[in-house]
Amino acid sequence: MVEPDHHHFDTRALHAGQRPDPTTGSRAVPIHQTTSYVFDSVDHAAGLFNLEVSGHLYSRISNPTVAVLEERLASLEGGVGAVCTSSGQAALHLAVATILNTGDHVVASRNIYGGSHNLLNLTMPRFGISTTFVDPRDPNAFASAILPETRLVFAETLGNPGIEVLNIGAVAEVAHDAGLPLAVDSTFATPYLMRPIEHGADIVIHSVTKFLGGHGVAIGGVVVDGGRFDWAADGKFPTLSEPYDGYHGITFTEEFGTAALSMRARAEGLRDFGGCMSPANAFYLLQGVETLPLRMARHVENTHRVVEMLDAHEAVSWISHPSHASHPDHELASRLYPNGAGAILSFGVHGGRDAGRRFIEAVDLASHLANVGDAKTLVIHPGSTTHQQMSAEDLASAGIGEELIRLSVGLEDPEDICDDLSRALRASQKS
Amino acid sequence: MRFEVDGRSVYAATGAVPIQRARAEELPLVLFVHGAGMDRTVWSQQTRWLAHHGARAVAVDLPGHGFSEGPALSSIAELANWIASTAEALGDPVHVVGHSMGAFIGLETAAQHTDTVASLVLMGLGAAMPVHPDLQAAADSDNPLAADLMAGWMHGPDQKFGLNPTPGMSMTGTSRAVIETSPKGVLANDLTMCANYEGAADAAASITCPTTLVLGRLDRMTPRRAAQPLVEALGHARVIELATAGHAPMMEEPNVVRATLADHLAACR
Ligand SMILES: Cc1ncc(COP(=O)(O)O)c(C=O)c1O
Repeated sequence: MVEPDHHHFDTRALHAGQRPDPTTGSRAVPIHQTTSYVFDSVDHAAGLFNLEVSGHLYSRISNPTVAVLEERLASLEGGVGAVCTSSGQAALHLAVATILNTGDHVVASRNIYGGSHNLLNLTMPRFGISTTFVDPRDPNAFASAILPETRLVFAETLGNPGIEVLNIGAVAEVAHDAGLPLAVDSTFATPYLMRPIEHGADIVIHSVTKFLGGHGVAIGGVVVDGGRFDWAADGKFPTLSEPYDGYHGITFTEEFGTAALSMRARAEGLRDFGGCMSPANAFYLLQGVETLPLRMARHVENTHRVVEMLDAHEAVSWISHPSHASHPDHELASRLYPNGAGAILSFGVHGGRDAGRRFIEAVDLASHLANVGDAKTLVIHPGSTTHQQMSAEDLASAGIGEELIRLSVGLEDPEDICDDLSRALRASQKS
Repeated sequence: MRFEVDGRSVYAATGAVPIQRARAEELPLVLFVHGAGMDRTVWSQQTRWLAHHGARAVAVDLPGHGFSEGPALSSIAELANWIASTAEALGDPVHVVGHSMGAFIGLETAAQHTDTVASLVLMGLGAAMPVHPDLQAAADSDNPLAADLMAGWMHGPDQKFGLNPTPGMSMTGTSRAVIETSPKGVLANDLTMCANYEGAADAAASITCPTTLVLGRLDRMTPRRAAQPLVEALGHARVIELATAGHAPMMEEPNVVRATLADHLAACR
């Protein structure tokens, strides 16, 4: 059997979406630091504004540097297209605002990033969009929570903070049986470790800020459109399947078919909400994507070394990473994530909140901050920072013990990471 | 837009401009016909533009494709009759713009229904369209590999890198998704029809209506030389050769194809 004639993943991480600049020969992606683009003629301008022809007209809507990143991420995920946004949060908002209307409902995993939980739980209800949160490990829980007004199913491929492994195929089936799309936030996995569209997801969202950018230098997000969902099947998605006055009665499914979602997200979402990515940030993030395969392989390798070390350390009460045999999704992860289930893990230190604080104060190489997915190793103790106002009981119901430390394993020499952590663990036990 | 042909529902994109409109009869009616396993959306760079530039544009989903009711038809000759019925339903002679299998359908319709077809613009075609046995086998078993193979062969080398004319979109990704989501069995049926059609050169020899061919020099599915017998049989055709286009010029070189359509329709007036 012949092989499909596409470049392989590592090649596309470097090249997809770009050819050397035809006028200057520039090999690197130029930063098109411009707000706007000269029209060829009045007719050309009118055609661009009316979606008759494609091209750049104003950098809120599209920009050549950002377009390279968009096309590259679409290619790596196996989607039809992508829309980059100013942040990962803006990407989730763009997806929700493009698909849903007031009165609509979301079924979402309850183990998601706190910011995403806030957006769905507290903010979207102000605009008439409600969410039911369910256990991501139970596909039936998604099915039971679906209401007549549900329009979207949402989860993280690797959850937060317990690295719950989503059974993408099973949840996609639940969603599709109800005529609904499945959107996943795949920030922790990146397309190097998981390509959710191949497993049935319809939309993939990333905080590009994290491993895709990889160096902790720029905030960004993306919505990748899988292009396989039939938005016109039963009239549930009027933003995509009904005429839109915003462009003289265009119907996105009629005109663009598989690309309806990405076209509407750009033509309406970026035009009106304006959460676009800057060309300079796209450039920084592209530098990261170029080495994604190399970095992720090393992130995972280092993570396995750290898990081994923690496993043997007497100050550690438990470890939560899918590579560890005690993790409830160990089996599923070894099937879905043959190259590793990411580089974020959490563990418990004996001695509760105080020991957690002492651990954080004793780390030297690892950085104490609120981020994940940097090239450098990062730690945080939610009990004394992001979640400090919560009681021990509330923390427990959110799956966050007082003793929980979250770790984002970086690319330093694994010996140095392990030395730093194990010294801090010893310090945590001295009261 | 939805309308009926031979008692079955047909879906078409009209660029969101109704074809029934003031002084419609003064505007040429242009029927866009897609290729194997594809649908109306392959013409999204032309339909809406043309609808706003002096024509009535109708990009149909062939029976059983896209949102049109099935069953899919099983020979180029049947599809040519269907195009004739469609033109009748729309009420006018039509300018047929066809891609790949759609180009075969255009040739056959113009040869068999001379009063129906006002002119032809054809792209991504050869005198014969043999199908790679692995592609046919994958399509026969509804294996998504078929879509992947076609998407890989369909576009010129530039599109392997990308830089899609539509910002943020992946051309190979879009082509793959269109083919992958076509109803079961449709691609296999289309490929078989293409491989079995032997009438292209004869049809071309009999055609007298104005004809423009748009040929990509980097077309790997219907290489440039495969179109030469048609260029010779047609004799009078205008030939536009694109140095860097592959099998799908309407996506790869949308500006050139729009300009070519405008010139072609102007010359038909
Ligand atoms: C899983 C996940 N999704 C989304 C976000 C939000 O992304 P951003 O900070 O780029 O807005 C984050 C940020 O921490 C995250 O970890």
